Amino acid sequence: MFLTIKGLAKSFGDNKVLKGIDVEVEKGQVLSIIGPSGSGKTTLLRCINALEQPDKGIITFDDGFEINFENKVSKQSIQSLRRKSGMVFQSYNLFPHKTALENVTEGPIIVQRRNSKEVKDIAEGLLEKVGLKDKMNLYPHQLSGGQQQRVGIARALAMEPELMLFDEPTSALDPELIGEVLNVMRDLVKEEWTMVFVTHEIQFAADVSDKVIFMDGGYIVEQGTPKEVLKAPKEVRTQQFLQRVLNPS
Amino acid sequence: MKMYPLNNKLFTITANMEGWELFSNSLLPMITGAIQATIPLTLISFILGLVVALLTAMMRLSKSSLFRVPAAIYVSAVRGTPLLVQLFIIFYGLPSIGVTIDPFPSAVIAFTLNVGAYASEIIRASILSIPKGQWEAAFTIGMSKGTALRRIILPQAARVSVPPLSNSFISLVKDTSLASLILVAELFRKAQEIAARTYDFLLLYVEAAIIYWVICFILSLVQAALERRLDRFVAK
Ligand SMILES: Nc1ncnc2c1ncn2[C@@H]1O[C@H](COP(=O)(O)OP(=O)(O)OP(=O)(O)O)[C@@H](O)[C@H]1O
Ligand SMILES: [Mg+2]
Repeated sequence: MFLTIKGLAKSFGDNKVLKGIDVEVEKGQVLSIIGPSGSGKTTLLRCINALEQPDKGIITFDDGFEINFENKVSKQSIQSLRRKSGMVFQSYNLFPHKTALENVTEGPIIVQRRNSKEVKDIAEGLLEKVGLKDKMNLYPHQLSGGQQQRVGIARALAMEPELMLFDEPTSALDPELIGEVLNVMRDLVKEEWTMVFVTHEIQFAADVSDKVIFMDGGYIVEQGTPKEVLKAPKEVRTQQFLQRVLNPS
Repeated sequence: MKMYPLNNKLFTITANMEGWELFSNSLLPMITGAIQATIPLTLISFILGLVVALLTAMMRLSKSSLFRVPAAIYVSAVRGTPLLVQLFIIFYGLPSIGVTIDPFPSAVIAFTLNVGAYASEIIRASILSIPKGQWEAAFTIGMSKGTALRRIILPQAARVSVPPLSNSFISLVKDTSLASLILVAELFRKAQEIAARTYDFLLLYVEAAIIYWVICFILSLVQAALERRLDRFVAK
């Protein structure tokens, strides 16, 4: 198993947000996380790269890297954990004082200290792949939301992570811009990136996922293939949730 | 006490001068005062003050109270006492414990400490105004806190703090007139010296006011241009 999460728990003060989460992701697999607002989806995703530090739980990768959050966790292991994944944010979080290209090259050059000429070529290639080669010298404020999010994806890919994390990458976008971002993500699926999505796009999750997790109240209520969870859910809470999202009225 | 000559080869002012003649003859000594003292005092104190301010802001944002508390006390002490009193302590007070500092460096010390305290609050607020998502994006591309601060947060915070810092700078130009009271031969002291001779207080003090106004007006134009240029590149 590429990534194994065991017994993950996280509270904010008295608010128990994750109450013991077990997740497994295989190499090249796409895992979608769905669930009602406040169910802890974002928190789970952010625990995978320690943007939130879990209170409990063990995260293990297939190369033997392991963090047990019940013990004291060093800065180095947090750094190593972060190096494994790239993250795409709901609100893009591009660096506004840097051009699209500089946003993509910043990590590889400054953090990974790779050769800046090579990195620039790779970054241009990535921006071409997300359809933005002609915009690479523009600043974020000169780009549409969809374009900014595609730069965000290129920025994460440039670090050559083993795992890509997406937190509702399209939910801040106008409806007509969602497609261009989902298309880029479809390409990543074809390239067999290992990915974890938090998404409200049920149809997209059904199309691309290998596995779907339905979360509610800090627990995983149900998980399985998209067919199992989205087409024939066993749990009442999943059925109600899907009812609500798919037939809003 | 050192005396500052009023007359030199370039200009002469006599006690019976008045009106336009006095105004135009006083212009040169006052502008000389501005160029020799007001402007250098402002620039030096502001630049040194910014360095102090950045350090203080970092200390106040630190997790450790070992840094936070002294910085907070410094800021509170400077903000809670009149600038004139601070100047007097440094120039007239310190000699009684054997520390004698010339007028100009005394003024630089006082104004630097002042800018340091006020600007540290501005810088701290600008750093805190940068959305959390910017830190997080920096962390997800592997940056440490220090690198994130240097490469991502501070450049944006600098842009946010340009308008309030420009205001501080303009205030500082005016505040340097207080240095006249510790014998710095700056613009306003020149006005006082000439007025002491000619007794034409209204004319000379209005003249000084006009020169301050012109300097500050030019600075406000520079500020507006700077803000227009920097406005665009900050995360909203
Ligand atoms: N930094 C934080 N401090 C305190 N409480 C937090 C923090 N982050 C999240 N929470 C709380 O944790 C709970 C779960 O939040 P989370 O963002 O993980 O939900 P979500 O499933 O992603 O919801 P949504 O679909 O609305 O994005 C919420 O009650 C939220 O208020
Ligand atoms: Mg969320």
